[in-house]
Amino acid sequence: MTEPAAPLLSVRDLHVYLGPSHVLQGISFDVPRGGVTALLGRNGVGKTTTIRSLMGLVRPRGSVVLDGAELNKLPTHKIVGRGVGYVPEDRDVFAGLTVKENLELAERNGSARYDLVYELFPELQERAEQKAGTLSGGQQQMVAIGRALLNENRILLVDEPTKGLAPLLVTEVARVLEHVSETETMLLVEQNLGVVRRIARDAIVLDAGRVTYAGSAEALLSDPDRVRGLLGVAGGGAH
Amino acid sequence: MDTFVLLTLTGLALGAMYFLIASGLSLIYGLMGVLNFAHGAFITVGTYATWWSESKLDAIGSDPLRFVVAAGIGLLCGAVLGALVEIVLIRPLYQRHIEQALVTVGLSLALIALVQGIWGPTERIYPTPKWMYETTSILGAQIPNDRFVEIAAAVVTLGALTAFLRYTRYGLIIRAGVENRAMVTALGIDVKKAFTLVFAIGGVAAALAGVLAGVYFGSVDPHQGTSLLIFAFIVTVIGGLGSITGSAVAAVAVGLIQQYANYYASSGTGDLAVVLLLALTLLVKPGGLAPKVAH
Repeated sequence: MTEPAAPLLSVRDLHVYLGPSHVLQGISFDVPRGGVTALLGRNGVGKTTTIRSLMGLVRPRGSVVLDGAELNKLPTHKIVGRGVGYVPEDRDVFAGLTVKENLELAERNGSARYDLVYELFPELQERAEQKAGTLSGGQQQMVAIGRALLNENRILLVDEPTKGLAPLLVTEVARVLEHVSETETMLLVEQNLGVVRRIARDAIVLDAGRVTYAGSAEALLSDPDRVRGLLGVAGGGAH
Repeated sequence: MDTFVLLTLTGLALGAMYFLIASGLSLIYGLMGVLNFAHGAFITVGTYATWWSESKLDAIGSDPLRFVVAAGIGLLCGAVLGALVEIVLIRPLYQRHIEQALVTVGLSLALIALVQGIWGPTERIYPTPKWMYETTSILGAQIPNDRFVEIAAAVVTLGALTAFLRYTRYGLIIRAGVENRAMVTALGIDVKKAFTLVFAIGGVAAALAGVLAGVYFGSVDPHQGTSLLIFAFIVTVIGGLGSITGSAVAAVAVGLIQQYANYYASSGTGDLAVVLLLALTLLVKPGGLAPKVAH
């Protein structure tokens, strides 16, 4: 009998306080190597806070181990240096910089993968000299994802990439993420269950700062009662 | 006409010094959110280091060369002080803006007291090369040559800062950091190095303003930096925190309005006119002329 593969990311007893709010109340979960693990839950349960705490953008108490190395207590830029890519909620592109400058800023070493980024998003090459602040929401999302893909990542943390996008763009973003997930492990916060169903292998559900489900995404999404109970939505498909 | 030309060039020279001070203030606030009241100390250090080292450089026979070398030492002292202030005082108080403001106020007061303790509170004659006191005739007005030096220094600084921000990696980091510092770190960049660099640049520019202020006023005293700092703060707010070009435009406006009001209205109304300009700007454009974008 073979030992189960060690998880790529292991989170244990993570607590985050934002002012007086105890937002994450000791969450623990694993992200296996390869594929997409979806981080799900109703609004305000702590999904974005979880991602931000993994990035060191808020200071958590607990343990975050990536490939055997403790990340908690490291400053954000060193966490990124360990191979953690980040696509933030609301994109956070630098509006006053051009598309090209937004990408250049993300270069971490000499092997920036412009070919990959421009292959996935040809529009970014065409709009290289355009200020990112003048792009549409979908184009800004391309910049945000492109920035994260410019370097090789051990794990990619993607926070609500389809939020506010038109249906056609949602499909396009899902296609790109699916393609990326063939080579990079991804922890994906996503409200659109259609996207989750399409690309996620595993799922973690948060509720009120605690983990209420960790297991197969398919097993979760194929059970409408469970979806309704855990996520508060009908489990029929994309919305 | 000749009076108007003299007032205009003097106003531009004054604006040039305001710009040199405000550019550092603006970048520091835009990137780090630090209101640096110790900026006046950078000016004082630049002025006094130049004045003191000029008197010790007897080995250099040429007056202009001695002044340039002394000014170089003054700028170096400004850069070192700027970097030290960031590393020793500001960094441990990261995100604690009230404490940062208080510590910079404290440093400013302490440095003025130190200078007074060493060299006394009285004015000292500033060692200016003779050519700078001489005049050049422009449209009938006799303009002291130092005015051209002050204006040229500001123009060169504006060009150098603009080129630095636009064409270098650190410039890119600073421009991005002014917009969203957290996201810069989330791209794997150690933004603290940029903080130190911005403080050092601010120190150099303020020290240069100090050197030129010594020439402009013909003397140096411990409170000169603080007097200039007040107007530089106004320039920074009018220009928009974080904007170099905004600071440049605002500095020219403040320098000219001060000169014109003092002459055409009555002496002393220049300061009042500047405060009115500040109030008007805040009413019409609360974020200043070009808010929160380093360019």
